Amino acid sequence: MRLDVKKTYKLFIGGKFPRSESGHTYELTNPKGEFVANVVLASRKDARDAVVAARAAQPGWEGATAYNRGQILYRIAEMLEGRREQFVAEIRELTGASEKQANSEVDAAIDSWVWHAGWSDKVDSVAGSMNPVAGPFFNISTNQPTGVVAAFAPQKSSLVGLVNTIAPIIVTGNSVVVVASESLPLSAITLTEVLATSDLPGGVVNVLTGKEEDLAPWLASHQDVNAVDLEGTSNPVDLEMRAAETLKRVVRPGTFQRAGSKGSLQQILAFMEVKTVWHPKGH
Amino acid sequence: MPKNEPVAIVGGKITNLSLRRWLHSLPGVDKVGLESRAASLGTRSIKTASKAWALDAAIKMMDLTTLEGMDTPDRVRSLCLKALTPDPTDPDCPRPAAICVYGDMVSVAKQTLGNSGIYVAAVATAFPSGRASVAVKLQDTKDAVKAGADEIDMVIDRGAFLSGNYMEVYKQIQAVKNACTRADGTKAHLKVILETGELQTYDNIRRASYLAMLAGGDFIKTSTGKVTVNATLPITLLMLQAVRDWYDQTGVLIGVKPAGGIRTAKDAIKYLVVVKEVAGERWLTPDLFRFGASSLLNDVLMQRQKLKTGNYSGPDYVTVD
Repeated sequence: MRLDVKKTYKLFIGGKFPRSESGHTYELTNPKGEFVANVVLASRKDARDAVVAARAAQPGWEGATAYNRGQILYRIAEMLEGRREQFVAEIRELTGASEKQANSEVDAAIDSWVWHAGWSDKVDSVAGSMNPVAGPFFNISTNQPTGVVAAFAPQKSSLVGLVNTIAPIIVTGNSVVVVASESLPLSAITLTEVLATSDLPGGVVNVLTGKEEDLAPWLASHQDVNAVDLEGTSNPVDLEMRAAETLKRVVRPGTFQRAGSKGSLQQILAFMEVKTVWHPKGH
Repeated sequence: MPKNEPVAIVGGKITNLSLRRWLHSLPGVDKVGLESRAASLGTRSIKTASKAWALDAAIKMMDLTTLEGMDTPDRVRSLCLKALTPDPTDPDCPRPAAICVYGDMVSVAKQTLGNSGIYVAAVATAFPSGRASVAVKLQDTKDAVKAGADEIDMVIDRGAFLSGNYMEVYKQIQAVKNACTRADGTKAHLKVILETGELQTYDNIRRASYLAMLAGGDFIKTSTGKVTVNATLPITLLMLQAVRDWYDQTGVLIGVKPAGGIRTAKDAIKYLVVVKEVAGERWLTPDLFRFGASSLLNDVLMQRQKLKTGNYSGPDYVTVD
């Protein structure tokens, strides 16, 4: 007789897979109430470590060419495709979805990575502008990533909601600390194994699992976080007030659709800053 | 004969032979024991009120340092202004003990700091390598003292030390100590940099510490910050043992200054724990313990802000130097 080798579901911080600093975990159960796995209950220190990792990784990721970032996002889609069965199995185990439903969710997630990958070198062509000014200058507005984003993935989605939260943030050169759905975190952790093998620099995406209400106040008030995506939070008004203590972009829950195989340009631009330069015209 | 006279300590006339006999009769260092003791002291958890005290103490014990070839008068001035007002959002924030600069920047630092009580420390004696003639080293020291330096950080001649020429090292420290004398007869404080990263063994570090204390150093300092291995917790622990034992033997209080590589508030607090546990609370004062650091201050300030506001702070909220 052989014992099963069970997977340990860990966090993803700075390209590594640490257990929680606190050592705490929580039990996941399926819709029938049966035990599925122990998952890390991330502490505020884990969140702080993740912000440090995200901050360290951000300049390098922003400095990569848009073409290179697009390639890497496309590579994530390729790797995800190769592990489709594992995602389908985990989605079914936790949600009780049919094989068809689970498959279509994985399809949507893969397609969303490809959709976002395409935007990396086109955002500025579409959203940037050449502005008419009364003087001998080229006046050009470009969009720059805002920096480190703390995001809360939708609670009711296993995979596609998470992908539609992460992809629009990182495609333009931001780094992200994302808190996965508390009840459906398995796909998020398996996704980190995909990210770790996709040439994505460590620290660009950091995934925490645990209770959103434990982590959200610390991330919303963190002075080294440039934007927060409050989609999966339960108390967004309080969090927005905390975020207002510092200069921080806030995306309120429900602002963007996160279920489909496409995102929106507006969501990508929500995590960008406009920079305008005046360049003298030579005559 | 007083017991703190070098001749009494070494047990005879100071010669290379007697120094060698004395230094090599010091007990050998238990490497494994030293490192595990340092590691276990580093695991102490310091929270809330103790942490607040430790953070303030770390700032008060800091020698805010800029030792770059690219230092300009403006850079030194801005560092001095930072020392005068470390955290503009908090007037209660303590100030560092000193500014540490190259000798030619002493007058600039002195002018900016005025009578604020912040000392100016100057590195001298052909810092960081120490490879110059004795005459040049002494002149280097005299220039810095003349420009108004309150403290002199000298480097020992590691080449002489490692080749066993202890007398040369001893004489040089004494000569520099004499060169620290100001026109009015008072003396600038002398910190002796052992450059522990180049001394190869813990035994050597212990011997160099004793030699520097014997020769009249007011402080023993780990490193220049210019080599690959700088201050570490075990080395600092070893040097703290040396000053503690020296005080028991001679009644003379010597300070310790770890320098280089201490970048986070967490690290600094570990050092303070080691100071308290090894040398005792008596050493928890800027007169007897200093950090040589440049980026440490910002991290300590961010931790202070976190304690005060409850929010994690970020580098956007402290000045970047």
